[in-house]
Amino acid sequence: MLLEPSLTVSAVLFTLGVAGVLLRRNAIVIFMCVELMLNAVNLTFVALAQQLGVAGQIFVFFVMAVAAAEAAVGLAILLAIYRHRQTLNLQNINLLKG
Amino acid sequence: MPAAPLSLLWVVPALPLLGFAVNGTLALGRPGAKGAVSIVGVGTLALAFAASAFAVIEFAKLHAAAPLVFPYWEWLPVGELQVGFALQLDQLSAVMILVVTGVGALIHVFSIGYMHEDPGYARYFAYLNLFVFFMLILVLGANFPVMFVGWEGVGLCSYLLIGFWFNERINADAGRKAFIVNRIGDFGFLVAMLLIFWRIGSLDFGPVFARAPAAFAPGSAVVTAITLFLFLGCTGKSAQIPLYTWLPDAMQGPTPVSALIHAATMVTAGVYLVARCGVLFALSPLGSAAVAGVGALTALFAATIALKQWDIKRVLAYSTISQLGYMFIGVGTGAYAAGIFHLATHAFFKALLFLGSGSVIHAMHRAYHATHAHDDAQDMRNMGGLARHLPWTAGLMWIATLAIAGIPPFAGFFSKDEILGAAFAEAEVRPLWYVFWAMGMAAALLTAFYMTRLMRYTFHGPNRTGDREREHLREAPWMMTAPLVVLGALTVLGGGLNVPRLFGGGAFLEHWLEPVTSAAARLHPVVDTARTTEWALVVAAVLVAALGMFAAFRLLRPAALVPARLAPAETGLARLLWKKWYVDELYDAIVVRPIVWISREVLWKIVDARMVDGLLVNGSAAVSRALGWMGSRLQTGEVGSYVMLFVIGVLAVLGAAVR
Repeated sequence: MLLEPSLTVSAVLFTLGVAGVLLRRNAIVIFMCVELMLNAVNLTFVALAQQLGVAGQIFVFFVMAVAAAEAAVGLAILLAIYRHRQTLNLQNINLLKG
Repeated sequence: MPAAPLSLLWVVPALPLLGFAVNGTLALGRPGAKGAVSIVGVGTLALAFAASAFAVIEFAKLHAAAPLVFPYWEWLPVGELQVGFALQLDQLSAVMILVVTGVGALIHVFSIGYMHEDPGYARYFAYLNLFVFFMLILVLGANFPVMFVGWEGVGLCSYLLIGFWFNERINADAGRKAFIVNRIGDFGFLVAMLLIFWRIGSLDFGPVFARAPAAFAPGSAVVTAITLFLFLGCTGKSAQIPLYTWLPDAMQGPTPVSALIHAATMVTAGVYLVARCGVLFALSPLGSAAVAGVGALTALFAATIALKQWDIKRVLAYSTISQLGYMFIGVGTGAYAAGIFHLATHAFFKALLFLGSGSVIHAMHRAYHATHAHDDAQDMRNMGGLARHLPWTAGLMWIATLAIAGIPPFAGFFSKDEILGAAFAEAEVRPLWYVFWAMGMAAALLTAFYMTRLMRYTFHGPNRTGDREREHLREAPWMMTAPLVVLGALTVLGGGLNVPRLFGGGAFLEHWLEPVTSAAARLHPVVDTARTTEWALVVAAVLVAALGMFAAFRLLRPAALVPARLAPAETGLARLLWKKWYVDELYDAIVVRPIVWISREVLWKIVDARMVDGLLVNGSAAVSRALGWMGSRLQTGEVGSYVMLFVIGVLAVLGAAVR
């Protein structure tokens, strides 16, 4: 079984995603890192589904569907922001504060 | 088990309550329906009187030695405190309900004429009926809380009726004054009730008075405290020193109200209370001495003020206070029958005097109204010679004057003489009573003087109303004079209720009340005096009364009076009396102003403005604003920092979960 390597790979991917979200400034890159985290989780689901039943695989489809919706909405928002501000650097998008 | 028809005792108070409900509805819906209001208002009272008479007759047939108690429903079942809504009929309540409904019905009839032009006619009768209801609850209640409901209720109605013409500031103020001063007395009543429950464990009259002699050592501190607190309640309700100041101001109400509430019935509630709690007062020499002493002091003090008042109703108000003082001398001495006797006769002759003055004021008011003059219709300086225009009123008021002065054979002579005789007899055991007796005699002298003064200034001598007004002065309609005639008859014959053995009478009332008063009399026996002493006292009392009236005829010069608007200011002692010994001003300076000052300067400006508003309200607002400001510093708008915090949070939760 390839459970352990699969989980290791997904952990690495997830950490990369988190690191990307934390460290990068560009909204699109952060967005991609979020996708990376989602897919790392997908990998975990699939790997564990081998032992724990088919529910994990079904969940992957849900995650994909949600991710697709998120991509559609998220990219639309990013596009709107870019049109408005001519930048996607998150450090410059900070109007909503206390 | 009590007789079946008597268990319908609740009908007696229920009738005026029904009248209140109907008249109250009419007052709200159709205030113009005066015919219906009169029928309901007077009809319920007449029926209540009939029901009371029936109940008393049935009760008399039983020759009951103990009160008949009718528990109707459980009211306050709280642990040990079991208070039922119960009415009781005994010899004392029997006298009271007859006086209340009888005099009340007559005054209701008089009111039809007196208040007929008033736009608040229906409201007036609704209040009046409500008052009678509460008064009946007061005298019929079988325990202290039920009595207290009546006690508070009559206070409420008194307030409503004093301030009946509330669109004038002075009337509304008088109503408030009555209510607030009474509140002080009610506090005493309440404390006394708590003390009784604390020591005896019951508030029903029967158990309390049965257990009291065993529970309290004679003269012990607790029973003295109870009696003094009860008496504080009496001083408020019955207008005794120091809480009497509300009663003269209460004359701002309609005159029939003054007659019913502030002369005949409500103000006698304190006398009733002392008589009812006779056992407790008999156990406390200090308490009963306080009652008799304050009574004597009030009788004399109020009589001095009455000497120099010009407002006809104020003279009668101070006279009422003075006469209530007599009743307290009686009940404080332990002569309960004498006190209650004076209560009943006073109800007759004082109601007659008040209704007579109402008839005078009515005539004066109409005369001034006809010529659009704005003179004071109640000032005796504007009257004079009215006997020519109001012969019936004058004659009947003379009867009442002779009665209140204590001239035989009118009712007041017997009752007043009995009180003074009892006080003199008591003095053989407790010499302090010589002082009380002497004060009572002095007050009797003044009473005869000021009442004769009132009659002479009002009805005799030259008329000072005004030349154009004079022709409009005439007797009130028969609806108003008829009750006066009935009260006049009662004033003449009322003494027959209790003709003492000295004059060959049977002392009916004294025997009738014996089952009620015997418990107290066993603890504190009534002192008997020799016949010769009694005769001497009677002669002395009559001489004093005659002297007072004679002095009033010799010293006063009605011809020298000028109308009120031309009269010069009083000077010297006259001014002191006219200004009522400046007691109102004194109370204002030592009670009212300090309270107002503390309320404004401390409670408002410091406690309310600084502490409540400043510290608590604005302070808590400032704290939450500061916390909000600190929280808002976290909202940087930097998505990166949010994510960082989010990740740290997730890691912390995971770390906690793993460990």
